[in-house]
Amino acid sequence: MAVRERLSGNEAVAYAVKQINPDVMPAFPITPSTEIPQYVANYIANGEMDTEFIPVESEHSSMSAAVGASAAGARALTATSSCGLALMWEELYVAASNRLPLVLALVNRALSGPININADHSDSMGARDSGWIQIYAESNQEAYDNFLQAYPIAEHKDVMLPVMICQDGFITSHGVENILLEEDEKVRAFVGEREPEHYLLNPKEILAVGPYAVSSYYMETKRGQRQAMINARRVILEVAERFQEMTGREYRFFEAYRMEDAEYAVVLIGSAAGTCKAAIEQIRSTAGKKVGLVKIRVFRPFPEEEIAQALAHVKAVAILDRSEMFSATGGPLGAEVRAALYQAKSTAEAVNYLYGLGGRDITVEDFCRVYERLEQIGAEHRITDMYDYIGLRSR
Amino acid sequence: MKDTMEIRWHGRGGQGAKTAALLLADVAFKAGKFVQGFPEYGPERMGAPITAYNRISGDPVTVHSNIYEPDYVVVVDDSLLGSTDVTHGLKEDGAVIINTEKEKEELLPLLHDYKGAVYTLNAKDISMKTLGKNYPNSPMLAAVVAVSGAMEQDAFMKEMEASFQHKFAKKPEVIDGNMKALEMTFEEIARSC
Repeated sequence: MAVRERLSGNEAVAYAVKQINPDVMPAFPITPSTEIPQYVANYIANGEMDTEFIPVESEHSSMSAAVGASAAGARALTATSSCGLALMWEELYVAASNRLPLVLALVNRALSGPININADHSDSMGARDSGWIQIYAESNQEAYDNFLQAYPIAEHKDVMLPVMICQDGFITSHGVENILLEEDEKVRAFVGEREPEHYLLNPKEILAVGPYAVSSYYMETKRGQRQAMINARRVILEVAERFQEMTGREYRFFEAYRMEDAEYAVVLIGSAAGTCKAAIEQIRSTAGKKVGLVKIRVFRPFPEEEIAQALAHVKAVAILDRSEMFSATGGPLGAEVRAALYQAKSTAEAVNYLYGLGGRDITVEDFCRVYERLEQIGAEHRITDMYDYIGLRSR
Repeated sequence: MKDTMEIRWHGRGGQGAKTAALLLADVAFKAGKFVQGFPEYGPERMGAPITAYNRISGDPVTVHSNIYEPDYVVVVDDSLLGSTDVTHGLKEDGAVIINTEKEKEELLPLLHDYKGAVYTLNAKDISMKTLGKNYPNSPMLAAVVAVSGAMEQDAFMKEMEASFQHKFAKKPEVIDGNMKALEMTFEEIARSC
């Protein structure tokens, strides 16, 4: 029987770490993810787990140490946010290209400047091309559940890629909500032990990790990484299926909420999905309008065909981004979803709105207005504001 | 109790408004509710105004926004009243509960003509009488439960006692004082109705 609890998102992830009891956790604190290494260090000090905790002097070092530990054959993880992730930049690519199955608990926070500590996806979206698998959560429950699925995905022999488990800073990381926790034995049986095929501490096999690759090898390495991402699509679903057998909770690449008959849809990532769901229920029950939501869980690998299919029957869709990319044409999710719609020869009108930057709140009423605008676009087949900001102050 | 009760806390950094909101979430959770307790941080510094929120419901709560039209507002520090519009958006069939040593009449002009119920509680006095120290959190928590009816008084007292026994396992001498503070608060709120 699952255990009924109430935890913050940071507590939930730290609890998952305790249950998994990985080998090595190097970490450097940064708001709002600081509590994760703090709680883990407490568990270790209390003798509840025996992970080797390495307090380092920067995030450049925490990711370097995690890379080293993972290459040695250990199960490694670290946690960070915002500028901490930015300081890991070089090592993110090293982890992915060396095919090291380590896990990063990322608590999404805006990048400077102006300096800001609140929820925003600019940190992980900046790392979207680094070769990491990226999985996002709406709630504390999903942050916990996603973390339990991280190592089985990362360490699968057909994948061998690092995984970033993301949740929204403060909104879920510091918000206490009801949660169901799985029992330790079940979690350990589900996650299993890492059994590395090649690793530095194997005396029977001499191995070099991270050597120079001349032009005649580099491109093949990249194609290998792409293949791992392609394989990850299958493995993510297999692990989710196994997770559902254990918990009854269903996970896919994304959640299609009230999409069966939806004419107007929102696509977004993260905690705002819950607020959008409340708006959908309100609109459907008071106005009877057919509105729905596609909440992206897996952003890397990107589920292009499945998203296009989920949106195949809508008249208009608003793709909502919680990070700028300064292309002057919307945000990263907008660009990729619109590409998916184009490939599928979709006739849906698509707009791309930015919201929630630096923790700007988004409400049920904001979502109701988005659906009103979609309805107008669907009726008139005319888009006036392709790339708009939601909740921007007028002065 | 209606579907989802929404509560907004106003305090200053370091005074425990966030802790009180988390405690309320905790005790409502133990009574079988679906809960949310979360802070809204401005600049991270002691003494700056901070806001914390609670949603309490019989059903799962998915909304992740702040609360703009609360059913109840709790003010942990009355010095906020001049600068923060604490009753902004507060429902008129709701109530504001203010921790203060002043008389209610003195504070009313600072409440922007709020039409709903106004409760004042001298949490410092209660805390000094029962604990000998100024810990306003327990009285304010009891006050919001008493005014809102978020849960039954008996269930609340039972859960709080269990929680104090756990929290103060190493100093059981303060448990009685804390329980007394809760009781006095319920009496005080009943008197001011």
